[in-house]
Amino acid sequence: MSMSISSRSLPPTSMAESICRALRDGALEGEHAPALTIKDSIGSPLGSDVFAHVLGQLSSHILAGKSQSRGLVLVAFNRSPSFYVNLLKERGLEVNSSRKWIQILDCYSDPHGWKDRIVGRGKVNDVTKEASGVSTLCKDVKDMDKLCSLAVELGKGLIGEGKGRFSFALDSVNEMLRYASVRSVARVLSDLRSHDLASCVFWLLHSDLLEDKVAAVFDYMSSMVASIESAIPASNGLRISLENLSLTEQNFRKAKFFVRFKRRNGRVRLMSEEITIERSGIAFSSVSTDGGTMGGSILPKVQFNLQLSEKEQMDRAKVILPFEHQGNGKPIEIYDGRRSLADKNNEAAGTMQMTDSSKGEIIYLRDSDDERPDSDEDPDDDLDI
Amino acid sequence: MDNLLDRALGLEEGRGDRWPLLGKLVLVEDCVETGGAFVVHHIIKRFLLSPQPPALSNNALILVAFSQPLSHYDRVLRKLVISLLSASLSLATGNGSVLVIASGCNLVAQRDNNRFLFFDMLNLRFPDKDDAKTGSSILVSLFEKIYNAVRALSAEKNCITIVIDDIALMEVVANGSSDSVLDFLHYCRTLTSEFDCSVVALNHGDIYSSMEKPMLMLNLEYLSNILVRAEPLATGSAVDVHGQLMVFNKGERDRQGTPGSKIHNFHFRVRENSVDFFYPGGRG
Repeated sequence: MSMSISSRSLPPTSMAESICRALRDGALEGEHAPALTIKDSIGSPLGSDVFAHVLGQLSSHILAGKSQSRGLVLVAFNRSPSFYVNLLKERGLEVNSSRKWIQILDCYSDPHGWKDRIVGRGKVNDVTKEASGVSTLCKDVKDMDKLCSLAVELGKGLIGEGKGRFSFALDSVNEMLRYASVRSVARVLSDLRSHDLASCVFWLLHSDLLEDKVAAVFDYMSSMVASIESAIPASNGLRISLENLSLTEQNFRKAKFFVRFKRRNGRVRLMSEEITIERSGIAFSSVSTDGGTMGGSILPKVQFNLQLSEKEQMDRAKVILPFEHQGNGKPIEIYDGRRSLADKNNEAAGTMQMTDSSKGEIIYLRDSDDERPDSDEDPDDDLDI
Repeated sequence: MDNLLDRALGLEEGRGDRWPLLGKLVLVEDCVETGGAFVVHHIIKRFLLSPQPPALSNNALILVAFSQPLSHYDRVLRKLVISLLSASLSLATGNGSVLVIASGCNLVAQRDNNRFLFFDMLNLRFPDKDDAKTGSSILVSLFEKIYNAVRALSAEKNCITIVIDDIALMEVVANGSSDSVLDFLHYCRTLTSEFDCSVVALNHGDIYSSMEKPMLMLNLEYLSNILVRAEPLATGSAVDVHGQLMVFNKGERDRQGTPGSKIHNFHFRVRENSVDFFYPGGRG
């Protein structure tokens, strides 16, 4: 998937800008660094584009001195260092500036040391001259502890003796999980996030390459989770399909972007936008009115109305339920459902009046007014099964 | 003359004098009902016939064959007007694999000095031990040979395409270790960025169809720049139409220049010496 696109200068949007701002502002004293998971799937593989956008934005803030972070360590599993150098260059960001601000830990070119064994030490070169100045080769990615230490050391090298923090970006958690266990990878991300000098951490993963419970592990570790989902879901599920080609093609230019922010007070804020890949780059826009938003009413699009209009609500309120105690001082009239109350008033027969106290009677007391359930409330919560 | 497959792969004439698949990984998926080997043969034919700019001297093909002997490919490609075996032929053996270096081709078009390397994995002697580590070491050894060959060819300014036939059998050689296969393919992918090679790999999708999450297939689809899938027609088999192709070209720009992905879908009919491609209802 091509990542060689740049973000155009757009007025700040609510979500993408919020994410970038949170990463820019970094960690509060005594708190872990903010952590962002970007996740996509094969049906809507725009995760790389979003990762590139966030990388570009944070890098821009670092270079401008506007972020808490003074440097960025990019751990590259999926693309070569040269690729990222070119990507940043397209956005006007020079990696070999007078101030060292980025280091790339190259876990792509020779992750298991195969090439090193063939050509000898130090001669593996999958990077351009420009990238070689900012990249460090990792030849044993299975040793996650060593990888983590190496990343931290590179970050410390960026800030030198001065005070400051640095950020981490990892372009493929899936590749990490191929090399090491879930526990090891989770420990690495947790260690990076909790490091005293960490300003922020963000990573990309493909959710369809993971079991749900594994994906949930990384969701729980994140203070922000950005999910890219198909604008138009395909019924075939996981893989690219011949079914409805034009819709599938659209899903590679457009997607829904859901972000979940975890607040310190425990509240979770959900927002959604739309992503579009345009000629000038990736664009984020408010969700269209015919789409649902997370946290709001999520109704399926069907041809019949699932909600009540105002008139229907009023009519519904007027319905008198069978065996309901009217409690208005008048004789109790039990509506048996066969005719309206107005008709019953004109007929003596057909109305059941239970006024004889010596006989059994049914008293129905409505315990509360009919309440509409909250949008996030499960009506079956009170079931005791 | 271009056909629909050429256009879908970006191989149409007039696109410049550089092999359009340089730096790309092409994954061809097929199934029992609809074999996709003809797509691989077509790409090989187009590669060996494609002209090169003056900066590059030759087209060099590296064919890693797990499923067919050299004579099979030669017979097939002869029908496509290319001969892989010529008068000057040298054989080199080592570790149970046969490395054939052929120079000179009998081509209708004027191509000289093509280079062709054939790794005969079919006759590879499998070790007695049956464990993932041994299987992995076979692929490591194979990559070592490929890497050395690519470095040598690249030093001579060759344009290189690596063809792998096929991934399912590679997994057998690796004793079922899909991680070893993915590691090998990852390293082949690094060659696309390091040496600007093309990599073309064939895999059989129906082997993994029973899995809820076919991880190897999904991983390969993520890795690939172009996905070509051969499937039977939804309506069943037919005399005049042998199947349909979906070509998913990631990173292909549309007419307005907007980056994205383009999906092409058309039917095909395999003839004795060629393949016809046509849109549904049309004829090649």
